[in-house]
Amino acid sequence: MLMQIKKIFKFNGGVHPDGNKAESTHLPIARLPIPKKLVLPLRQHVGNIAKLKVKIGDHVLKGQMIAEADGNISASIHAPTSGKIIKISEEVVPHPSGLPDFCLTLEPDFKDQWIEKKSIQWKKLDSATLIQTLTHSGIVGLGGAVFPTHMKLKINKTQSINTLVINAAECEPFITCDDMLIRERADEIIQGALITQSILNAKHCMIGIEDNKIEAFQSLTKAAKKTSIEIKVVPTIYPSGDAKRLIYLLMGIEVPKEKRSIDLGIQVFNVATVAAIYRYIELGEPSINRIVTVTGNVKTPQNYEVLFGTPLPELIKNADGKETKIDKFIMGGPMMGFDLPSINVPVTKAMNCVIGSSPELFLPPKPVMPCIRCARCADACPVYLQPQELYWFSKSSQLEKAIDYNLFDCIECGCCTYVCPSNIPLVQFYRYAKSEIIAEEKAKEAANTARERNEFRLSRIEREKKERAERNAQKALGAQEKQATDEKKLAISDAIKRVKKNQQENIKNKNE
Amino acid sequence: MITALLVMILLAILLGLVLGYSAIKFKVDGDPMVARIDAILPQTQCGQCGYPGCKPYATAIAKGEADINQCPPGGDAGAKALAELMGVEFKPLNEEHGIQKPKSVALIDESTCIGCTLCIQACPVDAILGAAKQMHTIISSECTGCELCLPPCPVDCITMEPILESSETWKWKYPIYNIEKIGKV
Amino acid sequence: MNNRSPYIVNAPSVSTIMFKVLLALIPGIALYVYAYGFGVLVNIFLASLTVLLTESTILSIRKLPIKPFIFDGSGLVTAWLLALSIPSIAPWWIIVLGTLLCIIFGKHLYGGLGYNLFNPAMVGYAILLISFPAFMTHWQAPIFLIDGHFAWIDQIKIIFNSQLISKETVDAISSATPLDYIKTQLTLDQPLSRIKQDKIFGFFGGQSLEMINFGYLVGGLYLLKEKIVSWHLPVAFLLTLFLIGLIFNIYQPDTFASPLFQIMSGGSILCAFFIITDPVSAPTTPKGKIYFGIAIALLVFIIRIFGGYPEGIAFAVLFMNICVPLIDSLTQPRVFGHKQ
Repeated sequence: MLMQIKKIFKFNGGVHPDGNKAESTHLPIARLPIPKKLVLPLRQHVGNIAKLKVKIGDHVLKGQMIAEADGNISASIHAPTSGKIIKISEEVVPHPSGLPDFCLTLEPDFKDQWIEKKSIQWKKLDSATLIQTLTHSGIVGLGGAVFPTHMKLKINKTQSINTLVINAAECEPFITCDDMLIRERADEIIQGALITQSILNAKHCMIGIEDNKIEAFQSLTKAAKKTSIEIKVVPTIYPSGDAKRLIYLLMGIEVPKEKRSIDLGIQVFNVATVAAIYRYIELGEPSINRIVTVTGNVKTPQNYEVLFGTPLPELIKNADGKETKIDKFIMGGPMMGFDLPSINVPVTKAMNCVIGSSPELFLPPKPVMPCIRCARCADACPVYLQPQELYWFSKSSQLEKAIDYNLFDCIECGCCTYVCPSNIPLVQFYRYAKSEIIAEEKAKEAANTARERNEFRLSRIEREKKERAERNAQKALGAQEKQATDEKKLAISDAIKRVKKNQQENIKNKNE
Repeated sequence: MITALLVMILLAILLGLVLGYSAIKFKVDGDPMVARIDAILPQTQCGQCGYPGCKPYATAIAKGEADINQCPPGGDAGAKALAELMGVEFKPLNEEHGIQKPKSVALIDESTCIGCTLCIQACPVDAILGAAKQMHTIISSECTGCELCLPPCPVDCITMEPILESSETWKWKYPIYNIEKIGKV
Repeated sequence: MNNRSPYIVNAPSVSTIMFKVLLALIPGIALYVYAYGFGVLVNIFLASLTVLLTESTILSIRKLPIKPFIFDGSGLVTAWLLALSIPSIAPWWIIVLGTLLCIIFGKHLYGGLGYNLFNPAMVGYAILLISFPAFMTHWQAPIFLIDGHFAWIDQIKIIFNSQLISKETVDAISSATPLDYIKTQLTLDQPLSRIKQDKIFGFFGGQSLEMINFGYLVGGLYLLKEKIVSWHLPVAFLLTLFLIGLIFNIYQPDTFASPLFQIMSGGSILCAFFIITDPVSAPTTPKGKIYFGIAIALLVFIIRIFGGYPEGIAFAVLFMNICVPLIDSLTQPRVFGHKQ
């Protein structure tokens, strides 16, 4: 079987970094034994933090929901193995901030006892019901975006889905978790793709894979033989794995600004995500583990199937320990990853790759020179932005200008920094500017609420004052009226008295 | 000589017409000044500027009665934005009105609170819940951190707690590299 | 800095880029030496020396690190371009003064590397041309047009002390440039066909000059191949110059020289590949680069034909440098997913 690139649409720019993928693909996926404790962050996804469903001391079974999705944009958390909840606390999580977040700590009982698994007869159920059940699956986008999957399956009523794209590009260097998953479990992926296609009611399904994954391509082709799924080879160019770039490569369609691909009848899922959908629907297994690439300066780089919550040191130990040179660990790939704040973090749904870094593997940054406006960054930008201008505005905190130059179209892929002769950390500046703008927007919103509340209070005080004044006026009026009636009564009684007196006098006079 | 004069006059007329036309064509109907100033102010409603709230201060600025650097919660950045809007020179924050503090929210020590409602009356954004002789509490999401509830409290049970960075409010920092150090390292 | 992804880079450094530009100038310089003797090398040497001394002084005054900014090579590029732009027999202080002007007024007063609005070499050149028109228009004749008694020591003598050398020798080894010659002869109502019979003209440009231009062209193509310059600027510039030359040449062949002459004489090739391609003072957008090249070519042509100076590159470039921010902001490319 030959990997032939047929009819693709090339996007602007992109770069060709060394893949470094062979190191971690010569061994099959290994399964990590159950560790002594599991630390499960309640926020492993984009959106609201999951609601706790257990308390300290509870015994839970493998696959039991321990925290429930809170609202639509949220995902549930399930116990990765059976055991006891021993702690609910703030722990360091794998996030660039290094700040702690709420976590559950589970002490496994090593029985690994499943809760009753129920497979779902998906062929008999309608999409809405299936999506509803998937909200309890805990499945999020496993490519790294960790967006709740059930939300991506909800279709706009006015736009039917034409094409389901399965993203198998895995363009980032060093990462091979998708590659190995495809090689070993192509059937699950194809099954998952068919289920997803049926839920979305999509006419076509195509898988986009980079031409550097020959074995994976072959096993996919074999698995997809009797289906209508099309496997399309795309060239090895970073960032082909970005959803919008992949859609363009495959179909030549640009997803317009501020629109999602679903508005155009296209939806993209990662291979690992559809495999997880398959496991939930057909086997009744919620999202409790994932494949993680452990590579870089470890003795045995390899892919592992790891339970969520597994402390990272366990994983490193299994990769035969770290080389002495390692100075830190990087989560994700070398283009978009970040330094882990500590080695003592748990494996989460977003963790596709851990790289043991050393100054030899990733050279320390070279001295930064001024920008010479050579525009190599613009040539490399897959979004066709002008990174040199964005840098200028971000650096001088001219945030309005940065927005005008479409800062928020930047996907932070790092191509600009990769090609910069002046070694400027361009993406860092864009991240800074973006989060500054978002914070400012939040502050503005808070200020607007405060203004409204203040205005409401002032008008309330005004109203109360008015009401009080009115009441007082009423009272005064009432008193006056009373006085007036009193006078009348007095006059009448006076008159009556007078009349009576007269009558009495008249009687007296008559009698006399 | 005459030609030169004529050319200049013609040019002047022509440019004048262009300018006049653009003044009509591209006329900007701006918001009233007070609203635009008020939009920049942080709406803390703390009164540190010497006016009883953000809007009165905005009105005073618009009238030219108040300076642009009297708002401590807005800080230098706020003063800069006001200077830009008003077309005047930037002045750093006037420290007579206070200094910029990290954003905080008020917190009531509920065991000490006697339920006197004095703080409720002081709060400019109705962010304190409670009733007479009932314990009060602060809706921290609505609290602007104005500190106006501190002085009226007879038992000093309100403290200001700075808002700590959480993973939700965390921001990427400005990249620091020192060009002056390169080469020497 | 905690996070600094991407952790990998693959880019030539600023100094690599600048030294490749210097490398690309070598063929032209070699042919220059072959046709005109060693004078130009003396100028290049003086310019380089001046640039190194001036830059290190300014950098230490500005309390900036000296090593990275000296070895970025940008100063040397400026110096070499200026040395190649002025007459090779100009007195030594012309190039020294010119380089000083480039570095101080063209570069560091704006903030140094990356911040200059104008092309530094052209700033120096324009000030020199205005201040010392006599020295700046006094060119040497190609060696094999000089009758017999040319010795390269004469060049050195002229550069360092013109009093040591007889006026006759000076006259013998100097000559007008072809552009200059056409301009003066046309005012004398000579038809172009007659003017071009002079020995200073070659096949399509100036005698020997066309050879040097060919050397620059080779260097320019090397820069294109190395992706140091993008094709937009040189192609837009040369094509426009060619087309407008063609139109005028067809209209009145006896007044307007052939389009190839426009390209292969004067500094057109040097300008196309080395001067307008200075990234700092040129537009960054692809469309902007094309407009920039076209506008400079038009201005060069207008100044050459209708202006007071025989060559107009410096003024054209400086004028268009002012327009760069405007060009950039008006030619932003369509962002992925945005409407046209």
